[in-house]
Amino acid sequence: MSVGGARPRPQPAVIGSEQVAHVARLARLELSEDELARFTGQLASVLTYAAEIAELDVGDLEPMAHPLPLLNVFRDDEPEPTLDRATVLAEAPAAEDGRFRVPRILGDEP
Amino acid sequence: MSASAIALAAEVRSKERSAREVVEESLAKIAAGDPEIHAFIEVLTERALDRADEIDRIVASGSDPGPLAGVPVALKDNLCTSGIPTTCSSKILAGWRPPYDATVVERLRAAGAIVVGKTNMDEFAMGSSTENSCSGPTRNPHDHDRVPGGSSGGSAAAVAAGFVPLALGSDTGGSIRQPAALCGVVGMKPTYGVVSRYGLVAFASSLDQIGPLAGTVADAAVTLQVIAGHDARDSTSLAAPPPDVVAAVDRGVEGKRIGLVTELVDGTAPDVAARVRQAAEALAAAGALVDEVSIPQFRYGLAAYYLIAPAEASSNLARFDGVRYGLRVDAPDVAAMNVATRTAGFGAEVKRRIMLGTYALSAGYYDAYYAQAQRVRTLVADGFAYAYTRFDGLLGATAPTTAFRIGDRTDDPLSMYLSDTCTVPANLAGHPSISVPFGTGDGGLPVGVQALAPALGEQMLFALAGALERAAPDSGAVTE
Repeated sequence: MSVGGARPRPQPAVIGSEQVAHVARLARLELSEDELARFTGQLASVLTYAAEIAELDVGDLEPMAHPLPLLNVFRDDEPEPTLDRATVLAEAPAAEDGRFRVPRILGDEP
Repeated sequence: MSASAIALAAEVRSKERSAREVVEESLAKIAAGDPEIHAFIEVLTERALDRADEIDRIVASGSDPGPLAGVPVALKDNLCTSGIPTTCSSKILAGWRPPYDATVVERLRAAGAIVVGKTNMDEFAMGSSTENSCSGPTRNPHDHDRVPGGSSGGSAAAVAAGFVPLALGSDTGGSIRQPAALCGVVGMKPTYGVVSRYGLVAFASSLDQIGPLAGTVADAAVTLQVIAGHDARDSTSLAAPPPDVVAAVDRGVEGKRIGLVTELVDGTAPDVAARVRQAAEALAAAGALVDEVSIPQFRYGLAAYYLIAPAEASSNLARFDGVRYGLRVDAPDVAAMNVATRTAGFGAEVKRRIMLGTYALSAGYYDAYYAQAQRVRTLVADGFAYAYTRFDGLLGATAPTTAFRIGDRTDDPLSMYLSDTCTVPANLAGHPSISVPFGTGDGGLPVGVQALAPALGEQMLFALAGALERAAPDSGAVTE
């Protein structure tokens, strides 16, 4: 196994319910009290298992984001037919005037 | 189906049987057996029969409908089918009909195959048992109280039950190979980039690959040949032409150096380990040079996988926001609508993975978890690279146990995740791998042996798989 440099080894803490609630907010999920308790225990057990790799000294290895040595892949900039708008909008929860319709985005009216 | 896909296509092409007859047989078996097994979410009876008639007209006109002429196939429900619901077994996509076909679906059709239905899966392919489905679990055809594995459990069960000779699945951490092992069928994950992911609903984009599940190694090879190849619509699709794998199946392994990976045998159940060792002996008897090899880096693969895959998933699944497709739960403003929709639409396992991934990517933990996992991914790839300086192919168990009981692991996510420990290294490295049935373990349940080869080593992989299939003891019949 490789030996890294002077980079300090990360020491992640096991997750608590406050952090789980925070992460749920970031992920736009709402948890009931029961779910919060259950998920906290389950995520803590998975993260405790995963934390074993935090101990590994692999600081000199390149992070691998992808199995292929691909850089940007370009195509010729030529217009091609796209998906039919009506077909796509027919599958949307709500549409209006050829566009997706959503509830208001900004807060109270000025 | 009792006949192989290759045999059925030959019969249809030579007019011994009509495609309609073949499809009717498949549909009758599904109608009789699937109410109990629940491999299918949707059966496309009329479309399949119409297409069968079309194939028969092509044959009658003297043209060749292709290498899979008239062969009924089942598709995992995360593969987009134009105008046909594609739900990923999730409430958030209930009823959604994609406006296009996945590239693999186009290619199967162009080869004469007939899609008979969409199969059940763990929601968004997150799971190892097909219990995380909004339409309920699939049962293992070998023992109805046991899981078929997952996440492509519906596809594996559909082949094992004889409903179809062929199915497609997707494999992010073992989701084709592990259910194939638990159901006693062949399941293959190609080299990353060999098969286009266009139209596959993304789970973890740097790991996902589509591949075949089949009753025989040769059927899996023919199917791979049909679906492989460059696709301009997937920028991670490899430019190289697909390797000719069909001829490789009968090539044999004489003189090939095969490594039995210690980490893929030790720690598996005794009945599984015994079959894997027997498979290694069988390859040696067939002329391969078999030796044990330790790849200690594999021990860290699962932990890295369960950070990387959820991290990518948390990003990919951000698109399910109630705006463009699927479920919307109304609320006064967009942010509240997003929350209400995602809270109602996603199941518990998907929520766990999204939160795990969001956490691994969040400020303060990114380097400790996600970046560290990516470095361990390099470590695993290095472990493979070193082993392949000494070996042409590798061998191990596909799954640590045979099929477990429905409900046994649902309350303990970590115990479920451990089902993937033997399969994730190939996904992390992007290498091809295949599970071949090799006899049974305790209680007569099927055991799968996993063969691995270097990137684009599909020919070696299928040669190895063919040799394993020829040497395999009986994997037990499905008792229906």
